[in-house]
Amino acid sequence: MNSSTIEVKDLRKSYDDLVAVNSISFTVGKGEIFGLLGPNGAGKTTTLECLEGLRQPDEGTMRIMGIDPTRVGRQLRNMIGVQLQTSGLPANMTVEEALKFFCAYHGVRPRYDLIDRLGLGEKLGSQYQDLSTGQKRRLALALAVAHDPSILVLDEPTAGLDVASRVELHAMMKELKENGTTILLATHDMAEAEKMTDSVAILLKGRIVSTGTVRDITAQGSGFTRVSVRTDESLLHEKGFEFPGVSQWMIKDDYSIYYTTDPGQTVTAIINTIDAHEDRLIDLRVERPSLEERFLEITDERN
Amino acid sequence: MTAFINHFSFEFKTGLRNRNLLVTNYLLPLVFYVMMGFVMVEINPQFAAVLIPAMVVFTMMVSTMIGMPPPLTEAREGGVYRSYKINGVPAISILTIPVLTTVFHALIVSTIIALTGGSVFDGVVPENWLAFASITLLIGITFGAIGALIGVVSASTTSAVMLSQLIFIPSILLGGMMIPLEVLPESVRWLSALFPATYAMEAFNGLAYGRETIIDPAAAVTILGISMVLSFTLAVYLFNWDSHNSTRKGNPLLALLAAVPFVAGAVYIAL
Repeated sequence: MNSSTIEVKDLRKSYDDLVAVNSISFTVGKGEIFGLLGPNGAGKTTTLECLEGLRQPDEGTMRIMGIDPTRVGRQLRNMIGVQLQTSGLPANMTVEEALKFFCAYHGVRPRYDLIDRLGLGEKLGSQYQDLSTGQKRRLALALAVAHDPSILVLDEPTAGLDVASRVELHAMMKELKENGTTILLATHDMAEAEKMTDSVAILLKGRIVSTGTVRDITAQGSGFTRVSVRTDESLLHEKGFEFPGVSQWMIKDDYSIYYTTDPGQTVTAIINTIDAHEDRLIDLRVERPSLEERFLEITDERN
Repeated sequence: MTAFINHFSFEFKTGLRNRNLLVTNYLLPLVFYVMMGFVMVEINPQFAAVLIPAMVVFTMMVSTMIGMPPPLTEAREGGVYRSYKINGVPAISILTIPVLTTVFHALIVSTIIALTGGSVFDGVVPENWLAFASITLLIGITFGAIGALIGVVSASTTSAVMLSQLIFIPSILLGGMMIPLEVLPESVRWLSALFPATYAMEAFNGLAYGRETIIDPAAAVTILGISMVLSFTLAVYLFNWDSHNSTRKGNPLLALLAAVPFVAGAVYIAL
């Protein structure tokens, strides 16, 4: 990575006897969307909170655009925007007051356009305590990006969001990335990570167990490609055909599903078999393993 | 400056929007004042002499020591300060602005009391209005600093309320508001000197009313001033952004240092 925006080296943080983060290292390049993935309690939030300067690490070094977040506060605040997983605003603060309040502390004009875009335009006068969970998350996101930060940290950003808000959030993330914003995304939503990130690190029990692009990580697995076939007369259900490269076969929802290490040979053989038995192909899908499947595989291996 | 104005404006409005704060900032002091004006002056005509200063001290205590600490603790427990920290709100603003806005609310009520106490309830008005106003401001900020310290060191809103009551209730009984200090037995006077309200009443009596006092009013003002600086410094030092973060600067028991000026005053009286 030529221009690392975020560098974490041998970061360790424990709470009494519990080691939440155990010597993890990673770098994030400028304009990259980097995903920190893992189940609850894996250490994602602790890692982010150390980077945000909310927690003091026990060991290791961190740099955000060359700045040590444990030492320099004010300078860092204007560089990064953070949507915390658990945070709050004063119950009586209205949406407009929150916008003015935080924009003033960042030294920028209030961004009413963001409030409108995130569907909070009609809620300007509503107090924080009267907003729904999704509206609170959207407000937190608006406040996180209102000062055009170079780095955006999102901790489980889609938790509590409806479908339309998720789509809007993802569109916003893409725009920010195109404008050069580096995004650090902590999530346990594998589909979101697969769709949005350039590279990821999978955390389990405080350690990084796999890192790289989604393609790299899925390729590190068992290497099986899934071939799903549906025919008019369900020929493949009835007879236990053998195809090259296939190690596992199952039937699910009218589909015969094959796990193969040689998808080209397998598909050719399946089509030939269907033709030879005068059945008719209705649907055929070739899918590489998803990040979620690879994640579950890694979790199983480690457990 | 814009940030300060926005923050001040929001905190001031909170003092009116939040029902609990509305009660402690306005309803309770004014209702108590009217009640004491009607009833207490009737029962004990001598109370008219201290009606105005006693009710001003009461107002300041209710607003700053009863009303202010729980929201400070609640904000920390609710993760509000985490949001503030990541957005660059300085700790000193988090503590200073609620103190200023709370004192501002209490000053409005104090002004009502000072302006109506004489004409409506025959309360004795101050001889020296400038001294009265200055002492009102001093005790407001001093009590506010103590309230901020209570809010900072309390682990929960319940403990904030308990700590506040620990100062508030004895202050009402022994602070010279209901019973003049000179009427108290000498063996109890040192106990009353442990509470800031005593010094506030002595400062009012000596400097604003020109009366004889047990504690030198200049010393009372000095002790209040030292307490203000000490309490606020400790509040800033002990301020914690996040209760789940184990790394804090000092042990909350350090807050007891804020009592040193009052303990010194009590020892002086006892001797």
